[in-house]
Amino acid sequence: MALPLIYNLRSVRVRWASTSIAVLGIAGVVAVFVAMLAMARGFKETLVASGSPGNAIVRRGGSLSEMESVITLDQVRVVADAPGVMRNAEDIPLLSPEVVLIATLPQKNKGAHALVQLRGVSERALEVRETVKIARGRCFRPGIAEVVVGKNIAHTYRNCNLGDTPRFGGREWTVIGILDSGGSAFDSEIWCDAILLNQTYNRPVYIYQSATVKMTSPDALFEFKQALTADPRLTVDVERERDYYERQSQVVTTMIRVFGSLIVVIMGIGAVFGALNTMYSAVAARFREIATIRSLGFGSGSIVLSFLCESIFIALIGGVIGCIAALPLNGFTASTLNFQTFSNLAFAFQVTPDLLLQGMLFALLMGIGGGLFPSLRAARVPVAIALREL
Amino acid sequence: MRTAGRQIVKFFPFILANLFRKKTRTILTVGSFAVALFLFGLLATIDTTFTGGVEVAGADRLVVLNKSSLAQPLPFSYRDRILQIPGVKGVTFAVWFGGVYQNERNFIPIMAVDTDGFKEMYTEFAIADEQWDAFVRDREGCFVGRSTATKYGWKIGDRVPIKGTIYPGVWEFNIRGIYDGTRAEDDTTQFWFQYGYLDERKQFLKGMVGWYMVRVVRPEDDIHVAAAIDQRFANSAYETVAETEKSFLAGFVKQIGNIRLIIISVGSVVLFTLLLITGSTMAMSVRERTGELAVLKTIGFTDAAVMLLVLAESLLYAVPGALIGLALAKLFTLRGDPTGGLLPFFYLDPDRMLMGFGLALAAGIAAGIIPALLAMRLRIVEALRRV
Repeated sequence: MALPLIYNLRSVRVRWASTSIAVLGIAGVVAVFVAMLAMARGFKETLVASGSPGNAIVRRGGSLSEMESVITLDQVRVVADAPGVMRNAEDIPLLSPEVVLIATLPQKNKGAHALVQLRGVSERALEVRETVKIARGRCFRPGIAEVVVGKNIAHTYRNCNLGDTPRFGGREWTVIGILDSGGSAFDSEIWCDAILLNQTYNRPVYIYQSATVKMTSPDALFEFKQALTADPRLTVDVERERDYYERQSQVVTTMIRVFGSLIVVIMGIGAVFGALNTMYSAVAARFREIATIRSLGFGSGSIVLSFLCESIFIALIGGVIGCIAALPLNGFTASTLNFQTFSNLAFAFQVTPDLLLQGMLFALLMGIGGGLFPSLRAARVPVAIALREL
Repeated sequence: MRTAGRQIVKFFPFILANLFRKKTRTILTVGSFAVALFLFGLLATIDTTFTGGVEVAGADRLVVLNKSSLAQPLPFSYRDRILQIPGVKGVTFAVWFGGVYQNERNFIPIMAVDTDGFKEMYTEFAIADEQWDAFVRDREGCFVGRSTATKYGWKIGDRVPIKGTIYPGVWEFNIRGIYDGTRAEDDTTQFWFQYGYLDERKQFLKGMVGWYMVRVVRPEDDIHVAAAIDQRFANSAYETVAETEKSFLAGFVKQIGNIRLIIISVGSVVLFTLLLITGSTMAMSVRERTGELAVLKTIGFTDAAVMLLVLAESLLYAVPGALIGLALAKLFTLRGDPTGGLLPFFYLDPDRMLMGFGLALAAGIAAGIIPALLAMRLRIVEALRRV
C-alpha cells in the first residue's frame, strides 16, 4: 500500500503552530513520566545497593526491620559459628553485630532538624561490607567517642565534616572519617562503636539489633539459614542483605509509583485530548487536499495510515524532546524520609536507557490515541463534495 | 455594559448553539478542563496526605519524647511528675507496638495506651462510653478505628491474633469497641490496647512508655509549659523534649520535603500545560468565526456584547469541565487510598475543591480574554473583506 508520507511530513511543518502545542503537551507528559520512574528507580537502587548478595542479615524472628529487632550477644556467638560464615585470614568469623538508633541533627541549608540513622558497628563492619570504604580519615577506635559519617551526612548536616564535633545522645563525638559506599543508604548514616553507642543511650550493653554476616558464597545462604532456623537456641529471621534492603524501599517506591503513574495517566489523557484537537482541526482544514490525494488514486486505507503516521510522528518528536528534558535529572540528588527506617535517605535520580525507551513507548501510545479517530475521519471525506467546495 | 449583560442572557441559546456546532471540539475542550481539574484534585489530596495530621493536630496538646532519640522510651513515673507541672490539664501516654495481622502486608498502627487519660486526650475521636468501659474491663481488649475494622471485616466481639514485630509472639485481642473520627481528616486506622497488658507480658523495657501527650490549660501557654516539662527532667537519665503536636508533625512533613515538592511542582507544570492547550483551542474557535462575529456587529451587536459572548463561551467550556473534573476527583478519593493502605490521610478537602473551581474560572477567563478582546476590536469592514 502506497503512503503519501512526504505530504504528511510537509504539512506537519506548514502547520507548525498548532503542531507545536501538541508536541509540547506530549513532551511534558513524557518528561514527567521519565522523571517519576527515575525517582522511584533511584530510591530503590540506593537501598538495593546497600545490600550485598553475598551477605546475610540476621534479625529476631517476626521483626520487619532492624529498628524492631533485638539480638543478644549469646545469639550473636551462635550465629558466628554457623556453617556458611566466611572467616578471615586469622580465622575470625566475618560478622558484625549492630545497633541502630535515630538521632536528630540540624541540617545545613534549612536549619531544620532531620532524623539520621546511627549505626553502632563492630570492628569487622568494613570487612563484612566490601562496598563501604573510608574515603577520608580513618575508622573509629572501639570505646572512644569517634564516628565515621557517610559522605551525604558530611555535606547535608551542620557540624558533621572531618574533625567536627557533632552532639547527640548527650555527648560530643569527633568525626574521624568519611564513608563512601558508592551511593548506597550507608552514605546517609553515621557509624560508631556499638558498645559505646548502647552505653550512651542507656541501653543494655550487649544487646544488638541485627547481625550482618559475610557468607562464604552467595549460595551459602540456604545452608546458613537452615542451620540457624533449626537451632533451638535461636528464633531469628535470616535474609539475604540485598533482599532486606529492597524491602526497606517498598513503601516509598510504591508511593512514588502510584502517585507518579496516576499523574502521568491523567496527563496522558490530557495530552491525547490536545493531540486529538490538533489532528481533528488538521484534518478539517485539509478536506480538499485529502480529496485530491484520494482522486490521485490513494485508497482510504492509505489515508488512515498516513494520518496515523503523521500523528505518531508528532508524538515521537514530543517524546524525544521530553526525554531530552528529563536527561539532566540523571544524578540529581533528593532526600526524603524513609518511613520504613524512620530516617532520612539521600538518593540520586537514575535516568536509564530502558526508562527512556518506556517514555518513547508512552509517546507512541499517545500518538496512536490522538491520531486514530481523526485519521478515520480523514478517510471518510467524500471526494466529490470536498472537491467542489471553494 | 449592563445592556450587554442582558443581551448575554437573552442570547444564551445562541451561545449554546455555537458550542454544539463542533461537538467533538467542545467535548475535547470540556474534557481537557475536566482532566486538568481532576489532576488538581489529586494533587490537593496528595498534598494533604503529606501535610496530613498537621491540621488534625490539637492546638492545646504537647508531645513529650525522649530527648536523645525518637525511638527511646521514657519512664512510666514521669506521668505523675508531669501532672504536677503548672499549666498541665491532663496527661496520657502510649507505646508503639507495631504488629501485623495474618502477614506482613497487613501492617496496622497498633499502640498500647493508658486507659486512664487516653479517651479524654483525643476528643476528636467518637468513642462510645459503654464500649470504652468494656474495653477497660477486659485486659485483652482492644479498640480499633472504623477504617481498619472495615478493611479486615472485624466487628465487636471478634478475637483477633496479631503478630508482634517489636514485641515478639502472637498476641490475641478481643475487639471491645470501634471508634469513628468526628471529622473527615481524622485517622481511623489505629488499633489500641491496654498498656497494662503489654507491660505484664513484655520481657524488656518494663515500666517504660513510648511518649507522653500533655493537654495544657491555656493553648497560648504551650511553649512555657513545654519548657517547664523539659526543665523538670533536665540532667536526669531520661531527658525530654516537649513540643506542640503541630510542630512535631510539621517537622515530619518538612523531612518528606523533596518528594512532596517534586510531585507538587510537576503537577503544577502539567496543570499549566493543560490550560495552555485549552486556551489555544478556544482561540482557534474564535479565529475561525471572525466573519460571523463581523456579521453580528453589522446587525447591531455592540462591541461589549460581542466580547461578552466570546467570554461567556469560554466560561461555558470551563465551568462544566471543572465540575466534572472535581466530581470525579472526589469520587476517586472516596474509593480510598490507591496505595492500599499506606496513607492514613487520603481525602479531598472541600476548601481545595472551591479553590480548584476558582482556578478553572480564572483559567476560563484567561483563555477567553484575548480572543474576546480581539472580537471586540474587530473592524467590520476588514473582517468581512477577509472572507
